[in-house]
Amino acid sequence: MQTHQFDVVIVGAGGAGMRAALESSGRTRTAVISKLYPTRSHTGAAQGGMCAALGNVEDDNPEWHTFDTVKGGDYLVDQDAATIMANEAIDAVLDLERMGLPFNRTPEGRIDQRRFGGHTRNHGEAAVRRACYAADRTGHMILQTLYQQCVKQEVAFFNEFYCLDLLLDHDLSSGEVSDGQEVRVAGVVAYELATGEIHVFRAKSVVLATGGAGKIYKTTSNAHTLTGDGMAIAYRRGLPLEDMEFFQFHPTGLAGLGILLSEAARGEGGILRNADGERFMERYAPTIKDLAPRDIVARSMANEVREGRGAGPNKDYVLLDLTHLDPAHIDAKLPDITEFARTYLGIEPYTEPVPVYPTAHYAMGGVPTNVEGEVLRNTTDVVRGLYAAGEVACVSVHGSNRLGTNSLLDINVFGKRAGISAAEFAATAPWVDLPENPSSLVVDELEEMRARPQGERISDIRRELQQTMDTNAQVFRTAESLTTCLADVRALRERYSRASVQDKGRAFNTDLLEALELGFLIDIAEVVVVGALNRRESRGGHFREDYPNRDDAGFMEHTMAYRRPAGTVVDSPAAPAPAGEEIPDPAPGELAVVLGTKPVVTTVYQPMERKY
Amino acid sequence: MTAVAERSAAAEPKAGEIPSFDVTLKIRRYTPETHGDEPYWEEHTVTAHGTDRLLDALHKIKWEIDGSLTFRRSCAHGVCGSDAMRINGRNRLACKALLKDLNPDKPITVEPIKGLPVIKDLVVDMEPFFASYREIMPFLITSGTEPSRERIQSPEQRARFDDTTKCILCAACTSSCPVFWTDGQYFGPAAIVNAHRFIFDSRDEGGAARLEILNDKEGVWRCRTTFNCTEACPRGIEVTKAIQEVKRAMITRAF
Repeated sequence: MQTHQFDVVIVGAGGAGMRAALESSGRTRTAVISKLYPTRSHTGAAQGGMCAALGNVEDDNPEWHTFDTVKGGDYLVDQDAATIMANEAIDAVLDLERMGLPFNRTPEGRIDQRRFGGHTRNHGEAAVRRACYAADRTGHMILQTLYQQCVKQEVAFFNEFYCLDLLLDHDLSSGEVSDGQEVRVAGVVAYELATGEIHVFRAKSVVLATGGAGKIYKTTSNAHTLTGDGMAIAYRRGLPLEDMEFFQFHPTGLAGLGILLSEAARGEGGILRNADGERFMERYAPTIKDLAPRDIVARSMANEVREGRGAGPNKDYVLLDLTHLDPAHIDAKLPDITEFARTYLGIEPYTEPVPVYPTAHYAMGGVPTNVEGEVLRNTTDVVRGLYAAGEVACVSVHGSNRLGTNSLLDINVFGKRAGISAAEFAATAPWVDLPENPSSLVVDELEEMRARPQGERISDIRRELQQTMDTNAQVFRTAESLTTCLADVRALRERYSRASVQDKGRAFNTDLLEALELGFLIDIAEVVVVGALNRRESRGGHFREDYPNRDDAGFMEHTMAYRRPAGTVVDSPAAPAPAGEEIPDPAPGELAVVLGTKPVVTTVYQPMERKY
Repeated sequence: MTAVAERSAAAEPKAGEIPSFDVTLKIRRYTPETHGDEPYWEEHTVTAHGTDRLLDALHKIKWEIDGSLTFRRSCAHGVCGSDAMRINGRNRLACKALLKDLNPDKPITVEPIKGLPVIKDLVVDMEPFFASYREIMPFLITSGTEPSRERIQSPEQRARFDDTTKCILCAACTSSCPVFWTDGQYFGPAAIVNAHRFIFDSRDEGGAARLEILNDKEGVWRCRTTFNCTEACPRGIEVTKAIQEVKRAMITRAF
């Protein structure tokens, strides 16, 4: 085992992690640990753009952007955070340009902007050109640019190090730490993939920037490596997860594969059609049609298929039609996604419509933070020195449905804020002692998994987990489907406790790491499903067929999920479920997902009916 | 007769059903912890579907046959650059190589990319590759006061270096280069591509310094224009052309 000491340790080297590192490493001794080489991070897969009310091509202002974000999130957005994000968006884009990001340009040489779903002029009048972009590889350019700046600043990276535990100075999972008591972070424990060695990083500040958890689903735009590690290790250490039932399904995944085709395709004029060639979004969102927010478009598509108007031999997808666009325009603005259609489906988008269907894309929920990036351990108390930013976090700027481009914005605005906060805290805070045997939990888990006699395959359990989540907890949900799903997830956890790996070696043992990642996925899936069962309403990305309406009186509040002994009373507990709708208890001896709530911050915008 | 008719009907794929086929992978493995210090070949046959990529077949082997088979991967659609490998003797990304395009009638050979030390199976040590990248100062260099808005750049100026902004640092080009195979000190195509991306960016002022670095004996002059790099690039970058443009800039000092 090796021990390292840094003022700030950032976990994750995607957009949020590297943006934080650029702030932190200039101010104090900083390390970034990442399970991938930084340029492999999934920020690089983001395509369409990053919104900011620059007003370079038409009139725009941050207040309109804030409103769109709040309405897009179906009013579950914390409005103070959304205001900050929209206001700081302009500097976030200009920062990137000054770092060298090659944005597309207007004829005058300014940053060009284009339309994107849910982004409108003057509170919904019409779609507005707000997304700054670099063809359909904006995320790639952001990731490369931030990495370039990290090279310039000589940021210390620990690449292919898996962070497997978070060290705090109190055991929050016992439920016995009272509100108001100071809790500090002490560091993290990581596993070096190349050697199998354990590294303990002692730190005054830790920033979680580990990204999402899309691999709880089978059909997803997410990378194989997006297994919710940061969410799960925080949750296992007793920190709450906020609003996890809200998962975004991106409308245009390549049918059957889930590979993302950017909303920019529709921003540039692409049209969704059903088997009859009908532009069906005219029926669901008469004003902005194909550029309605993603939850609405995804649901509309799924509904077309469900009602028998799907295209293809099995009528199980709809069509993204770009054939009316000039091929030169497609090449200039959408080169990558059209190549995906050619490579993976053999479809020529110049002349043929592309088969698409919703794909699991983005976790709106995550580790709760305030606007400075500090992680909350209940509705009000922060863990001192612990920060989170990006998809792993929930600020909450996305509410129950994120608008396209707002994730690239989120990582830049709140990554920067978290990096500054972490460095400033570390500058004055005293060191906290590491707990005794800081790596014992991780070492025990790894060795137990490695030593297990021959058992079931990890991949079989993972496949079944992803299948039940796709079948029962996707775009349309009911109490029945979710109850089935919860029983499945818990049965899979039991099987997981007896599963084994085949590779028993030390060097580059990805078999072993996939096993640990599955443990994270199971925990996250359970939180998603329990939250979805409890939220007996439909809002944003969470649609309950048995409760098809939004219920502001009952559910205008964030969900906070805590891992605690069953029956523990948490801060602001969730109202008990009505008779017959109780959430089934876990198996005896297992910790439960105990639900609490957190108020939504409403400053200016009162909830209204959400029409587009 | 009836039985025959039924069989032929069953063999006919149903409408919309994706045809499946068997494919054999011949994989060059290196697992010193269990199989000694010499690499060895191992064959596995798996059933694949029409849209499956080589990465799917590798996963099938790892997940259903032998969990110790080791390779890098992440995004699985050609943008993260993790899974460059040598497939039937050509450098490609496993997630962009469709099995049906690889002639599944014969075993498909899969090897780690060449010229970098192999750690285990298909995983190589990427550090020397990234070290070359870092040496060419891959970041925007400017002087004077930062403008309060964006720097102005015309669409034509932006288009000048568009091709080389697409690089995902997968090392398919560099590890396909015969010069790099025999001389690991050579910067290699990827580093030059990334230098090109800045040298021809109208906002950048570090071009002269980068050209000085690449004028080194291990710099651009080692390129022998075999075009392996251009063929290998999964992003379709005209790598050899970029290298030639850097050479020309070095002579003319015009960029």
